[in-house]
Amino acid sequence: MELTLDEVRKVALLARLELDPDELELQSRHLNDLLAQFEALQGLDVSGIEPNSHSVPLFNVMREDISRPSLPRDAVLENAPESRDGCFIVPRIIEG
Amino acid sequence: MNGIAGKTVRELRELLTSGQASARDVAEAHIARIEAVDSRVRAFLTPTPDVAIRQATDADIDASCARGDSIAPLAGIPFALKDNICTRGIRTTAGSRILPNFIPPYDATVTVRLLDAGSALIGKTNCDEFAMGSSTENSGYFPSRNPWDLERVPGGSSGGSAAAVAAGEVPFSLGSDTGGSIRQPAAFCGIVGLKPTYGRVSRYGLVAYASSLDQIGPLTRTVEDAALVLNAIAGHDPLDSTSVNSPVPDYTLACRADAKGLRIGVPRQYFGEGVDPGVASVVRAAVDLLCGLGATAEECDLPSTEYALASYYIIAPSEASSNLARFDGVKYGHRTKELAGHIGLMEKSRDEGFGDEVKQRIMIGTYALSAGYYDAYYKRAQQVRTLIRREFDAAFERFDVLLTPTTPTTAFKLGEKSGDPLAMKLADVLTLPVNMAGLPGLSLPCGFIDGLPVGLQIIGRPFDEETVFRTAYTYEQATDWHARRAEL
Repeated sequence: MELTLDEVRKVALLARLELDPDELELQSRHLNDLLAQFEALQGLDVSGIEPNSHSVPLFNVMREDISRPSLPRDAVLENAPESRDGCFIVPRIIEG
Repeated sequence: MNGIAGKTVRELRELLTSGQASARDVAEAHIARIEAVDSRVRAFLTPTPDVAIRQATDADIDASCARGDSIAPLAGIPFALKDNICTRGIRTTAGSRILPNFIPPYDATVTVRLLDAGSALIGKTNCDEFAMGSSTENSGYFPSRNPWDLERVPGGSSGGSAAAVAAGEVPFSLGSDTGGSIRQPAAFCGIVGLKPTYGRVSRYGLVAYASSLDQIGPLTRTVEDAALVLNAIAGHDPLDSTSVNSPVPDYTLACRADAKGLRIGVPRQYFGEGVDPGVASVVRAAVDLLCGLGATAEECDLPSTEYALASYYIIAPSEASSNLARFDGVKYGHRTKELAGHIGLMEKSRDEGFGDEVKQRIMIGTYALSAGYYDAYYKRAQQVRTLIRREFDAAFERFDVLLTPTTPTTAFKLGEKSGDPLAMKLADVLTLPVNMAGLPGLSLPCGFIDGLPVGLQIIGRPFDEETVFRTAYTYEQATDWHARRAEL
């Protein structure tokens, strides 16, 4: 099953990647190449097999609810492309 | 001082404790080696000579040695970190142009442990962007070179970490391994590389690629050095809920030449189509050598191996598409200069910052997790993962270790596979099933073909790094491949 350019464009939107036409072409080719490889899995009988998300058993981890210092705000904002008054600056989201 | 760079951790420790060299001498010798060869090898993205000298002189190692006090096993030993491991105050790029100037406000747990042990950080090494690749050609900065042949790749994604050790620039380094990214470059560069059992080493502060597969481990010249480094970095960490709270043995005690009674499994599927016959025969000779020392070997089957690659390339990109959602041009990293609303800000920043391979994996992961395709891809891949683990479990009822080639071929040339993402992915076909099952895997040199090293992969039971070390050490002591040095 080949993905069309339109479908690839939709995946790119979901992935928040603005691909130019050349990139879209390239990604479409790579995506379809990989999907063709995945076809091999469809022939495998996996009925009744439990999916495995982690190779070692995972247990919920509990700890005492004790407050401890987090990273200093200034140290965190140091890496922000733009910040002011202790906040990250982003484009306007709500109009008006 | 001459002759210091290129020594093993153990040899350097002897120089320090006997007073033949100071910690500063050791740091300076490695800094000089980096200055002499790294313009050709290009292992380092960010050398940190000042940090290394400061740590070597601050730690008061020489005074302790002069008094005859015992020092920590890695005290005064220089090391390098793959650039996806966070270092407080020192740039960490993960090999990506989306993080050109990220200065972490905290250290990874492995960084803390090595610094507390008195080791001296000498630099951050190059890698494929976000650890996605097998050659370092996906680095957003430059490709690294293989010290055995500068026209060839060092492997990847921890290619800089492997090349630095093989070039004698540093006695040990850390890498990360999601599908082979420690073992494959170790094999290509003729050194030892260990991916510990999933959960053995804390991932806190490792830039996440695929969280259920990622594991940090050492790259060294010898098996015993790998055990020394694992001693320092292994163990439970409250900051990583997947790190396992079980005791850490002294792994150096497992380094003894003793193959008696060792039961070796040789999985047929790891010697089949796509594996260079020369590589296969070198690895079979390694199995024979161990049998001559008292081990027994028998062929076995891991039939789901042929499905491992496809399921890996569903699971790892799915996790990556989620992990890499954090790069949005807001909190850290590259932000586009074009202003285009909040969605456009993310789309453009990510498009400008990420390289092609990373975009490809984000795309495939996003698709595999999207509504309507989840059962056909992600769930099915996880079911295959169960099959793979079951087959390994069954094999380990009969065998103590499994021996395979680490890679299907020796190191390939720069550019040879960079236009063909699928061919590149096959470089990891013999290592990635080990991550899918969460097992420990170690690569060590077992021969050369046309002057290029071949890696022997030793796979063990979960949390049984000791038997892996014992097997590797026994082989290493009976051969001298590890003593060969690339000429630069």
